[in-house]
Amino acid sequence: MTWTDIGERRAVVSGVGQSEVGRRIYPDPLGLTLDACIAAVEHAGLQLSDIDGLATYPGNMNQPPGFSGVGITEVHDALRLELNWFAGGLELPGQLGSVANAVAAVATGLCRHVLCFRTVWEASAQGDAGRASVTMGGGGGGGGFRASSFMQWTLPFGAPSAANWIGMMANLHFHRYGTTREQLAWIALNSRRNAEINPKAIYRTPMSMQDYLDVRMISDPLCLYDCDVPADGSTAVIISRAESAGDLARPPVRIEAIGTALRGRPSWDQFDDLTTMALRDAALMMWERTDLTAEQVHIAELYDGFSFITLAWLEAFGFCAQGEGGAFIDGGTRIAREAAQTPGSVALNTHGGQLSAGRLHGYGFLHEACVQLWGEAGERQVSVDGGPPTIGIAAAGGGPLAAAFLLRTD
Amino acid sequence: MSEQPFRVLPAVTDDNEHFWRGGEHGELRFLRCADCGTWIHPPQPRCPSCWSTDVAPQASSGRGRILTYTINRQPWYPGLDPPYVVAIVELDDQEGLRLTTNIVNVDPDDVDFDQRVRVTFEEYPDRNGSVWLPFFEPDPGVGDVPAQEVS
Ligand SMILES: [Zn+2]
Repeated sequence: MTWTDIGERRAVVSGVGQSEVGRRIYPDPLGLTLDACIAAVEHAGLQLSDIDGLATYPGNMNQPPGFSGVGITEVHDALRLELNWFAGGLELPGQLGSVANAVAAVATGLCRHVLCFRTVWEASAQGDAGRASVTMGGGGGGGGFRASSFMQWTLPFGAPSAANWIGMMANLHFHRYGTTREQLAWIALNSRRNAEINPKAIYRTPMSMQDYLDVRMISDPLCLYDCDVPADGSTAVIISRAESAGDLARPPVRIEAIGTALRGRPSWDQFDDLTTMALRDAALMMWERTDLTAEQVHIAELYDGFSFITLAWLEAFGFCAQGEGGAFIDGGTRIAREAAQTPGSVALNTHGGQLSAGRLHGYGFLHEACVQLWGEAGERQVSVDGGPPTIGIAAAGGGPLAAAFLLRTD
Repeated sequence: MSEQPFRVLPAVTDDNEHFWRGGEHGELRFLRCADCGTWIHPPQPRCPSCWSTDVAPQASSGRGRILTYTINRQPWYPGLDPPYVVAIVELDDQEGLRLTTNIVNVDPDDVDFDQRVRVTFEEYPDRNGSVWLPFFEPDPGVGDVPAQEVS
């Protein structure tokens, strides 16, 4: 498709903020959220009174435990914001679809500075029962719960988790292209290596290939280390009108292109090509809206709710051909943080991803991409020509959920 | 029936009853368009090919192949013990007519891609009447057919 109006270039990222991040820190979710929001506003060099837009994913929900808990209304009121535009919800192209909403609102002139946030407290909410406590209809005996909507097609078959759905997609990729566990492991190993030098990461102890191969399986071919780690934490991002650049604390991160497409069936099991998922469409749309190419990208912060999703994003963006993701990541050299400047390589998930840094659910990738582009990543800062990288991708979502952002500071 | 593994059961409605209760008659039923013959899943009130509203449940062949699968090894529910096979089966009746299911009556390690399978139902009593969960098992009626790649 040929596009004539790339409206996202009328918006920029002006600041980011993040709360404390941890396991079972038993937080007040609204408190975490306000920490992140105020930090982001300060980082941008703005005042809370400058904020006239508010966006979030997934909005206020009581289930699954810790998945949300803070919606637009609570933050709006707690910060006494005077809003011209706001939107919170779940039916979006993934978690970063809420940021795409903010970009659209800014680009159409409905508001000037949108505070976007995502809060999770799944680690505490799930408590000591672990992740199995979130499975709908659990508890035995049938209870009163009956599955409807999409879940009716999976829950009766003992497949309540995206680990099962993504496991089937990964297994098909393995079957069709010869991908192996020893290759997929490099997503987790690369993330752990980066998390070792991220002071906010949850898991920082070194992980070996043998550690990966020895850990218990969850849903073939996915093992425990292919699954992200529930966390408590909040991340905030400010989207501002490009014209406001002179009022900001630092040169903004510009939004070169966004991809939000979902051109196949919006379903975990009915999508036409289960090995690409909707990431294919979001990535394709993003590239349709720019003259930049994958070879020019220095850093890629790509969703890893499960490791296979990251591999699929790498293929979708064309860092390698479809089906060649296993070979691309094998050995880890093409995705290491030292690889940012090497043609045909890209520094991947430089903060440790959700696999090791914690499941901040999509927003952590956009946060990390901006921090790297601003040169504010500390010990894990990626270097290109002696300075920070200048072109990066942040992408989130898996299955039928996907949104991609191409960012630049050059 | 008290020894049945635990299953979360579907909320049966007028729209999906043909699917969840067709097993009482040994039939895996989907909506089908009377005008153009398109099979429809999940159920919806218009044909997605010709937009006809003349759609009604019809018995499928109940036979197909395993498009993909995973051996689930995580105990998600008390009373439903792993390992068990979760699969997406594509029916012979139409390319793309598929559903998520379990592959049963076979060692999980003997399940494979493109394996021929047929439906087998298990009745689960529920407060408003039974449902019949459509599982699949290896189909002894025909040998394995050559692998078909989905484009
Ligand atoms: Zn029709």
